[in-house]
Amino acid sequence: MNHFEYAKPTTIAEAIKLGQASGAAFLAGGTNLLDLMKGGVTHPGSLIDIAHLPGLDIIETLGDGSVRIGALVRNADLAHDPDFAKKFPAIAEALLSGASAQLRNVATVGGNLLQRTRCAYFYDLASACNKRAPGAGCDARGGENRGHAVLGWSEACIATNPSDFCVPLAALDAVVEIDGPAGRRDIPFEQFHQLPGTTPERETALAPGELIIAVRLPATAAEFAAHARYVKLRERTSYAFAVVSAVAALRFDGPTIGEARLALGSVAAKPWRAHAAEAVLVGGKPSADNFRRAAEAALADAKPSGANEAKIELARRILVRACTLAALGTPERIPALPASPFATPAGAIIHD
Amino acid sequence: MTLSISLTVNGLARSITLDDPRVTLLDLLRERLDLTGAKKGCDRGQCGACTILVNGRRINACLALALSYDGADILTIEGVAQGDELHPVQSAFIDHDALQCGFCTPGQIMSVIGLLREAQTGNDPERIREAMSGNLCRCGAYIGITEAVLDAQNRMADAEGHR
Ligand SMILES: Cc1cc2nc3c(=O)[nH]c(=O)nc-3n(C[C@H](O)[C@H](O)[C@H](O)COP(=O)(O)OP(=O)(O)OC[C@H]3O[C@@H](n4cnc5c(N)ncnc54)[C@H](O)[C@@H]3O)c2cc1C
Ligand code: SF4
Ligand code: FES
Ligand code: FES
Repeated sequence: MNHFEYAKPTTIAEAIKLGQASGAAFLAGGTNLLDLMKGGVTHPGSLIDIAHLPGLDIIETLGDGSVRIGALVRNADLAHDPDFAKKFPAIAEALLSGASAQLRNVATVGGNLLQRTRCAYFYDLASACNKRAPGAGCDARGGENRGHAVLGWSEACIATNPSDFCVPLAALDAVVEIDGPAGRRDIPFEQFHQLPGTTPERETALAPGELIIAVRLPATAAEFAAHARYVKLRERTSYAFAVVSAVAALRFDGPTIGEARLALGSVAAKPWRAHAAEAVLVGGKPSADNFRRAAEAALADAKPSGANEAKIELARRILVRACTLAALGTPERIPALPASPFATPAGAIIHD
Repeated sequence: MTLSISLTVNGLARSITLDDPRVTLLDLLRERLDLTGAKKGCDRGQCGACTILVNGRRINACLALALSYDGADILTIEGVAQGDELHPVQSAFIDHDALQCGFCTPGQIMSVIGLLREAQTGNDPERIREAMSGNLCRCGAYIGITEAVLDAQNRMADAEGHR
């Protein structure tokens, strides 16, 4: 790890000021930042410790019914907040399928959104990586790439964003609240993460020195609570990043689907909202055929970036599974194995 | 640059001066406070051997920058027994052969104590296994560990009932 200056601001304004210094990085839980620093992958000149800024660890319902989650709310606290989990069960399930209990106790909302889009070659200093060293090339292209992107990738970078939390946030039209040198602004979630293009080192719409203050969910996002599931395929049952994941959130008008929200995880450099697939489902019955057609639409533009063609069909099947489970109804309690494709839905179904 | 923090470690107030901002809680405990119970398995959040409780919550000490924990209350494996009387989770680990080489055990036990405080699993073995997935055991003592959690939970509930 490189040497760094350490500062612990006590106000947001002070943090933003300190964060403008070149080479400065904000430290929240540190579970991604310190990991990257230990690997010598990133080397900030100063750490601005925002973990103790006041007022950012609150979950609140605003006057218009939207729910505002402070940037420093810990992943575990959000998932286990009973009111929040009731309104947004797929978000709670996605959070609980990520990392481990220890990491979730520390990882923050803001840090989860800003964990790096990454791959094993990004971590390996002996490999060429355009993200770590712009212009250096990308060793993933000719290497072990069966886990890499199948949507939205570029010649420069084929890495995927690994966040589970961000997948339902994309589906549910979350908004990211920012404060920074140029003042406050909101970024719609779908515009927050960016595709690699020719600048894979730039991953989000954040400008240098900008701070995430909160994530907001519109009141309408809670209308999917009765039919919302996240499914995450992993190479082991727990404590593993997704191979592919999907969220399905449905709102029924009688027997037909009135509104659908679908998104995929670990298929691209950003959580992948599947608008075309949503349109396929609206007005139809929750049938296996319709779910399959939606999955075909979601992956219509997919193409392998290496030896990863299998991921395309896996993503379709995981999306069909998420739709099927969502149509059955949100279980009363998050299953013992959150988001697991192995968990059986039998028994614990409620329709309300 | 000198930086100082104060911590409560296993009930004792400690003032610590750091000559280097890079020190993690794990390195602080092991190399500066002679508390080597928490183990360094991976140093990257991937194994759970370094699990300690901070303000009552289980975390990976290897990914915690010490400076960021000024004022925290820390509990390590060295602080869980009451004199010669083992913590119920420690006794349950022995009774259920929940270890072989023992390297992962301090982290496992601290993780179980954290799990019991979180009170999310009840006595469902599947929920317990899932909630313990952040602690790897290379010797594969998982079956005994799950039994130990169930047993410790019962013992602690009984003890609570007898008060
Ligand atoms: C072993 C392991 C397994 C994991 N498995 C999973 C998994 O299965 N699924 C998953 O989704 N994630 C997983 N993670 C990643 C984990 O979720 C992230 O490390 C965590 O969410 C980051 O949050 P943090 O608060 O620790 O962020 P930090 O490490 O403190 O920060 C991460 C980045 O965000 C920036 N930052 C943080 N907060 C703000 C803010 N408010 N404003 C502006 N910038 C900010 C920091 O400068 C830094 O660049 C895993 C991590 C580990 C180590
Ligand atoms: S895929 Fe992206 S992150 Fe991975 S080596 Fe290539 S440029 Fe780097
Ligand atoms: S040493 Fe901390 S998780 Fe492995
Ligand atoms: S007892 Fe040997 S690693 Fe767990």
